[in-house]
Amino acid sequence: MDSGGDERGEAAGGTEAREPALPDPSLAGLFLGFLTVGLLGFGGVLPIARRMIIEDKRWMTAAEFADLLGLCQFLPGGNVINLSVAVGFSFRGSAGAAAALLGLVTMPGAIVIALGILYTRFQDDPQVRHVFAGLAATAAGLLIATAVKLALPLRDKPVRIGIALLCFGAVAILRLPLVPTLIVLAPFSMLVIRLTRG
Amino acid sequence: MLGSIAAIFGQLSLLAFGGGNTILPEMQRQVVEVHRWMSASDFTSLFALAQAAPGPNLMIVTLLGWRLAGLPGALVATFCQFTPSALVTGLAVAAWQRFHTSGWRRLIAAGLVPITVGLVAASATVIARSADKSWFFAALTALVAGVTLTTRTHPLCLLAFGALYGWFGGLFAM
Repeated sequence: MDSGGDERGEAAGGTEAREPALPDPSLAGLFLGFLTVGLLGFGGVLPIARRMIIEDKRWMTAAEFADLLGLCQFLPGGNVINLSVAVGFSFRGSAGAAAALLGLVTMPGAIVIALGILYTRFQDDPQVRHVFAGLAATAAGLLIATAVKLALPLRDKPVRIGIALLCFGAVAILRLPLVPTLIVLAPFSMLVIRLTRG
Repeated sequence: MLGSIAAIFGQLSLLAFGGGNTILPEMQRQVVEVHRWMSASDFTSLFALAQAAPGPNLMIVTLLGWRLAGLPGALVATFCQFTPSALVTGLAVAAWQRFHTSGWRRLIAAGLVPITVGLVAASATVIARSADKSWFFAALTALVAGVTLTTRTHPLCLLAFGALYGWFGGLFAM
């Protein structure tokens, strides 16, 4: 998943950090900037987005970027998806958010459908099935590594490990639906962390 | 069909706390178990395919929509997956300065982290359970996880390796 996203907004210099004395992108600029990010972002879009926004286009400072990313990580939705919306919105309002989001997903969407067409056409070929079995097993390995990386910061926090295991058991083993699971577990998690200071 | 697709992905959009991989188990449950639109191994193949494409990891949504209902399905699924969370993000950015430093923001973030960890681990289990039907592929999964955790190898290199591993494994009929 999105690695390198642990920077939090604490260093962002408080509330006045939101006015960059930097270039002010147009709608087309936002669309094209995120179009490039979508095309180049193989297996981790966040580092590419970061480089585009801070270094190439200089739309934001590193601190402003970290601040916005911290917000995006705690909202629902993919981190980079939310980031595109947040960056677009802060420069050009709703239209900017739409331009950035469309830029981000247009090319990957077209590519993924093209791959899907190829897959549908060749999926009955036994050799192609083996290639897909290999891809699927690789994807599983990548996900396991992501889970481990996410879990590492919790290693000296038994209360949080317990909550993570509870959530894992509910969804992976009992296969409970996500809505009731989240409605129960999210407040429970905050309450327990608050009470135990774990 | 389009209505069900819209309902499923619109709902998942607002539940994706901690990124796209957290909703994978629910997506799979809806598509495979509740609606029985495809098999678990088809779902896993499409997930692998989406991983091999550039862009955000939620692009599996576009692929699923296309597979279920062609281009309209792809557009509806993509729109419904991204719009609700985008609206929330827009509202939150507008209000950001007000609750930037408040303590409850920190508590919510702290409370969601273990949930994210549990959900991503569940995603890994759901995909591995369907991908690793034999020791041959379970070994590949373990190898990829190990390499990713200990080196900075690019995921795309590992996917290319996995494709070759499957190809040659198939040639020797395992």
